[in-house]
Amino acid sequence: MKPGDIAIVGAAETTELGVIPGMSQIQLHADCALNAMRDAGLKLSDIDGIACAGEVPTNVAHYLGLVPKWVDGTAVGGCSFMLHVRHATAAISAGLCKTVLITHGESGKSRIGSLPRSIPPATLQGQFEAPFGVMGPPTMFTIPVLRYLKTYGVTQEQLAMVAVVQREWAAKNPRAMMKEPISVSDVLSSRMIAYPFRLFMCCLVTDGGGALILTSADRAKDFPQKPVYILGTGESVESPMISQMEDFTSSRAFRVAGEQAFESSGIQHADVDHLMIYDAFAHLPIYGLEDLGFVGRGEGAAFIAERNTAPGGKLPLNTNGGGLSYTHTGMYGMFALQETVRQVRGTAPAQVKDVQVAVCHGVGGMFSASGTIVMADRRN
Amino acid sequence: MTERPLPAITPETRHFWEGACSGELRLQKCTACAHVYFPPRPFCPKCASRDVSVVRASGRASLYSYVIHHRAVPGFTPPYSIAVVQLEEGPRMMTNIVEVAQTPEALQLDMPLEVVFEPMSEEISLPLFRPARTAA
Repeated sequence: MKPGDIAIVGAAETTELGVIPGMSQIQLHADCALNAMRDAGLKLSDIDGIACAGEVPTNVAHYLGLVPKWVDGTAVGGCSFMLHVRHATAAISAGLCKTVLITHGESGKSRIGSLPRSIPPATLQGQFEAPFGVMGPPTMFTIPVLRYLKTYGVTQEQLAMVAVVQREWAAKNPRAMMKEPISVSDVLSSRMIAYPFRLFMCCLVTDGGGALILTSADRAKDFPQKPVYILGTGESVESPMISQMEDFTSSRAFRVAGEQAFESSGIQHADVDHLMIYDAFAHLPIYGLEDLGFVGRGEGAAFIAERNTAPGGKLPLNTNGGGLSYTHTGMYGMFALQETVRQVRGTAPAQVKDVQVAVCHGVGGMFSASGTIVMADRRN
Repeated sequence: MTERPLPAITPETRHFWEGACSGELRLQKCTACAHVYFPPRPFCPKCASRDVSVVRASGRASLYSYVIHHRAVPGFTPPYSIAVVQLEEGPRMMTNIVEVAQTPEALQLDMPLEVVFEPMSEEISLPLFRPARTAA
């Protein structure tokens, strides 16, 4: 497999996004899958591979009426879809299947037809984290941050700037849930959730989904949309327990996935025109910028606060508004991928000029997993 | 107020929870490479040796990082700290910091701490940490 051998030829989100009380989780998978098939001009019988997370692939394949020859149910949290893209490129290259559909659907807000959330008490998390009052990501994903702030002398004001800048991008996007401009003082006076994290530093909770269709680049030119080529990919996992993360100031999974993606694509950081970094919380773009090597350790917050990633900046980041302001169903990685595809196609609401190479970086769990995808507008 | 979720003990973790009930913080140490580790498992996560032993930790630690949670959770009165402490022997673990104000001013990173065990049931005492009263 060489860079650019596989392309994304279909991409779409659910018809509605945000609060969708009239649709169950499995239907959210189907809604975006049907939209992506229309986008690619494909019939059900054209698809012979399925990958998804949140629902097992059996459920989605049966519900849609697919007969897959290749199935991937990798479920490592919100970046599962980056891993699906990576696995699908390998599968198509190996001849296991020809055309793969990847779906995400999650009734994160309305909780219709969704699975219960709980930590089994006999697991290591159940024994060694759950008894100490953790309640979802806001109480776990955030724990490393005071150590990061102290290590690098980063301020809460700089952390707040991540949310401010992303709201500027969201304001350009009609489908973003939050579009009102906010200031650093708005962020720092929003409701305290888990010190030092306030409400505006935490992602939204929404309903929605997205789907991608991948096939061989040799066929991609026959599709109605401009193909988006997969240049390189990377993946890794670390620990399911935030307390056992090796380094509280840097994600090992980010570093491993990012390095593989850059190496396999052959790109340099200076080649990157557009960047997505999964932002479940305000610190993630900071860790991502550093762990992917765009800036040095401890420099990510200042880089964002100095508006390098803002509209007009040299490295446009999270241009849909991100999980903080666009949407966040629970497993947001699919929406980061969708925005990267739109930017490379040239069809994004807040379109960055002439995006040739784009990097899309996802996190799963609480720094537990990671996937990185490099996309481009040409094959090599 | 309903109670906080309690661990369900597994064969590999029984020594830890039995130790906690008797007032001991127990870690494991690899005989082959001397690595001290947590959470429990009957082999060394550094060198894969099965030749490991249970060791008693000093109970001394420092505050590595934390959040102060402001929302209601069964078994807790907000605001309360959810912390990760750095044990003197090397491993880190999640806990709550107790017997101190739950404020950023009172909870300073790297402050010395010591373990206290909070009995929750016949089988479970939870290791919590408070500001150290004795010099390290």
